[in-house]
Amino acid sequence: MEDRAGRLAAIIERFQGVEGATLPILHAVQEAFGYVPAESVPVIAAALNRSRAEIHGIVTFYHDFRDKPAGRHLVRVCRAEACKSMGSDQVLRGFEQALGIPLGETSPDGAVTLEPVYCLGLCATAPNAMVDGKLSGRLDGAKAAYLVADLTS
Amino acid sequence: MSARRIFVPGDAGALAVGADDVAAAIAKAAATAGVAVEIVRNGSRGLYWLEPMVEVGTPTGRVAFGPVAAEDVPDLIAAGLIDGKGERLFLGRTDEIPFLKAQTRFTFARCGIVDPASLADYRAHGGGVGLMRAAALSPAEIVTMVVASGLRGRGGAGFPTGIKWKTVLEAAGTRKFIVANADEGDSGTFADRMLMEGDPFVVIEGMAIAGLAVGATRGYLYIRSEYPHAIARMEAAIVTARATGWLGPDCAGSGRAFEIELRVGAGAYVCGEETALLESIEGERGEVRAKPPLPAHKGLFGAPTAVNNLVTLASVPFILAEGAEAYAAIGFGRSRGTMPIQLAGNIRHGGLFEAAFGVTLGELVETIGGGTITGRPVRAVQVGGPLGAYFPPSLFDTPFDYESFAARDGLIGHGGIVVFDDTVEMAAMARFAMEFCALESCGKCTPCRIGSTRGVELLDAMIAGREVTKNAALLEDLCDIMKFGSLCALGGFTPYPVISALRHYPADFGLVPAASAEKEIATWA
Repeated sequence: MEDRAGRLAAIIERFQGVEGATLPILHAVQEAFGYVPAESVPVIAAALNRSRAEIHGIVTFYHDFRDKPAGRHLVRVCRAEACKSMGSDQVLRGFEQALGIPLGETSPDGAVTLEPVYCLGLCATAPNAMVDGKLSGRLDGAKAAYLVADLTS
Repeated sequence: MSARRIFVPGDAGALAVGADDVAAAIAKAAATAGVAVEIVRNGSRGLYWLEPMVEVGTPTGRVAFGPVAAEDVPDLIAAGLIDGKGERLFLGRTDEIPFLKAQTRFTFARCGIVDPASLADYRAHGGGVGLMRAAALSPAEIVTMVVASGLRGRGGAGFPTGIKWKTVLEAAGTRKFIVANADEGDSGTFADRMLMEGDPFVVIEGMAIAGLAVGATRGYLYIRSEYPHAIARMEAAIVTARATGWLGPDCAGSGRAFEIELRVGAGAYVCGEETALLESIEGERGEVRAKPPLPAHKGLFGAPTAVNNLVTLASVPFILAEGAEAYAAIGFGRSRGTMPIQLAGNIRHGGLFEAAFGVTLGELVETIGGGTITGRPVRAVQVGGPLGAYFPPSLFDTPFDYESFAARDGLIGHGGIVVFDDTVEMAAMARFAMEFCALESCGKCTPCRIGSTRGVELLDAMIAGREVTKNAALLEDLCDIMKFGSLCALGGFTPYPVISALRHYPADFGLVPAASAEKEIATWA
């Protein structure tokens, strides 16, 4: 789409003159498109005077950047120690059963992605998850299932 | 009568347990009752087991209610909440709550008290005094004060902050940088987040003082992407600070320039390591650099750079305002001042406890923290994040300071304590430590990149009961190589949780805790 190329060019333009602009550009691209499209890599590389391989290496280094869109809803469940100490394994099972997908997967209809996060910094109200940007603490398996009950329909 | 001020935290930890719904319920109930209220979205006081904790300003001080759920609100208001009266969930005067009263709040003095959106409120509570003082001092004078305070890096390494600043100040360079490390990835830690959300201007003040001290004209604040609320709060605070003249060509009237740029991480734990963080700001893969050169000599974009943990920087305004002696006066041994200790995981009174160094681990977990929330016996506590050692209750006499923990093959890290009850499987936790290292390794050095994966395999074999004694010996050998052969703390410290688990809980690994096995394990250090 013409429009996508134009939006990408506008993002790159916005960071002209910023030192070390790679991450800010990649964040902006992902915010605009929901992922970092493969066709954006050579364009970003050219703008930053880097090789495509280098930009590819940077995109793939960071867990945040996606090579394809996530589901329409994003469920991030904490898998780190503090949440483990409060039974985050049951919370994960609650999500997996309610959504019918294992951790790291997107439902076949593209409705939901379930992915791990390693600490949301809410370690005194564990276990925690983030559903479409909204934080939830003191979860258990049943509460987790309730949180996502409406997402699959 | 002016509108009653009601405080409902906007802190992410409070939001996660329903603070927005509580605020909305209070607004609605007050409107129905025809009472004028001003709802302030303050930060958290750090008493997370009481969140959402609602406070009401009364002529005799603030009183608290908590933990409040939205459905409690109509009853609480009927019982007099708006006048600071009540019975159910009523906690009395906030500053008399024992968990708060027992603290020494230097760095977190204003967190949870002020409106984080208001610079005027910050100044009304003593904020900005340190920066005004610094603006009138020479760089060397500021550095001398920080050296005298004894402040050490709160990110975990514990390096004397003043010495680092002196190095940057004396380094030759046409430009210099401050980097504030808010890539707080350790599970069990949330001090950076709480401070950014609850008292953002202290972060800016600390960074500006650092800039004036070392002659840096630009500071980068690197916040992890998992902290969207902190990012939004800091973005707004930077705009306000710029408009006020704290940032810009004439920083706080010093005649010197200082500007802050916020950068957002992208989910890489290793970027909390200072050189990986610099690579990330430069727009590279977050791969660790070999040291030397030290960042203080050759850091960001090749320029002399002071990379400091966010809490370290936020500790500086107090030192400038109250004097180095006031800070150094408390502490333990070579650990001066206060440490914001974060009590997390399976603990009854989870939250942030800022205190002078020297309080014992047992006091923190059992007395202050109240033991486990599940009511079961404490079996293990991990201190210092995913790279910190597991301590059994038999080591609860360890005083909380850098040296005491190092002497017991542990570390205090960024001050996080995660408590586990007796249902924890320590071999699984050791495996997780290796798995996390494999997931987050930047790949630059072999002991970390390959060793972590081999470690997972060894632990899988042990958990499955295969050649347990032989694999335990291999695991120790592997940990030795990772500890001494890795470039940075990720590979170098992952052995701490693994070996401490193996040493203190051998039965969990299928090892008979025979005297010979104990002895063999005990030789590792």
